[in-house]
Amino acid sequence: MKQVKVYGPGCKRCETTEQMVRDTAARLGLDVEVEKVTDARAIAMAGVMSTPGIAIDGRLVHAGGLPDATRLEGWLTA
Amino acid sequence: MTVETHDLHPGHRPPALLWHAGVAGFVLLWWLVYHRLSPLADRLTGLIPVDRHSHTGEAIAFFLYDVPKVMMLLALIVFAMGVVRSFFSPEKTRALLSGRREGIGNVMSAGLGVLTPFCSCSAVPLFIGFVSAGVPLGVTFSFLIAAPMVNEVALVLLFGLVGPAVALTYLFFGLAIAIVAGFVIGKLHLEGWLQDWVREIHSGATPPGGVEGEDLTMVERYRLGLQAVREIFAKVWIWIILGIALGALIHGYVPDELMARIMGADAWWSVPAAVGIGIPMYTNAAGVIPIVEALLGKGAALGTVLAFMMSVIALSLPEMIILRQVLTLRLIAVFIGVVGSGILAVGFLFNALF
Repeated sequence: MKQVKVYGPGCKRCETTEQMVRDTAARLGLDVEVEKVTDARAIAMAGVMSTPGIAIDGRLVHAGGLPDATRLEGWLTA
Repeated sequence: MTVETHDLHPGHRPPALLWHAGVAGFVLLWWLVYHRLSPLADRLTGLIPVDRHSHTGEAIAFFLYDVPKVMMLLALIVFAMGVVRSFFSPEKTRALLSGRREGIGNVMSAGLGVLTPFCSCSAVPLFIGFVSAGVPLGVTFSFLIAAPMVNEVALVLLFGLVGPAVALTYLFFGLAIAIVAGFVIGKLHLEGWLQDWVREIHSGATPPGGVEGEDLTMVERYRLGLQAVREIFAKVWIWIILGIALGALIHGYVPDELMARIMGADAWWSVPAAVGIGIPMYTNAAGVIPIVEALLGKGAALGTVLAFMMSVIALSLPEMIILRQVLTLRLIAVFIGVVGSGILAVGFLFNALF
């Protein structure tokens, strides 16, 4: 099971990103665990400089702006 | 510009060539419509049974011409900036700035602050990312001042509603304040006034280097441009309409002499008063600029109005609350003091010159 972390202090884009991850996983029938990280310090220490950021199994794959839908599918199925 | 031929899912999306043609066609159409806006607005105003030269008539004409004009300018420039910003990222900017000497570092940082995608909600992670990678504190501040203050929404609105000269003036002095204020803060050596946990990171434990390079295709850059347009419009359309409506009212109804007396160049105290009122106020550029235009039209002094606008956009309470997580109150006070003084200086300079 993939561990997905969505980094964002709670702005609208960050919430949309988290929903995109959940929706995409559900649509593809993938079993993922999504965790939302909102603490600014934890976000910074993960190496994310612009939010929202996405890490999958500990590897940061995206930072800044909404993720591209196709790429998101790619990360979740890789 | 090269044509991308290797789209990820050729079956689902229009090929790159279609995108290029679409963008070019759209820009052409934009150009054609934009140049016919004034006669169109006149004809629309003519349909309303109000005397064109009455107060109400003037206010309506102002509104019907300015709203579409500003919306069109905004759509084009925000799209273009969205595409341009896709070539920049905080990671690349940090790499360019880390270990850079102060002075040249402040100049680069202010410039990159305009071009790098930035949202005030990620000010804290960005601050940490910069400082931990050896970007000097003052250089980091130059970035944090320029990024919100010199933004395309403010510039487009100034350009469209007030004129190119004032827009350029704002761009130049916005950058100047970011460079000088960052330089001064750097010279004060206030690293000790960061919050404790930030100081600990500062002195060693560097966080990981960020996301591994995402190589974007041109089509993805277009998409980012469109996404920027959608987000900006969702956020600012209501402010633009309200602001322009208020501007139209002032335009049509407020007597010319009144503003000149309250906000004219002769009243020396008007600049500090404008900054004092502007700092706690929080609105985006879109809400404040139509008012600025109308005030200028009625004789308020340029320096006073620019000072008001800069303090509203560059210094805001919500941003200070966010920065409180990394800066001590003393450092925030210095930050407000230095930037506020820069704005005051610009205001006085302009009132003296024009």
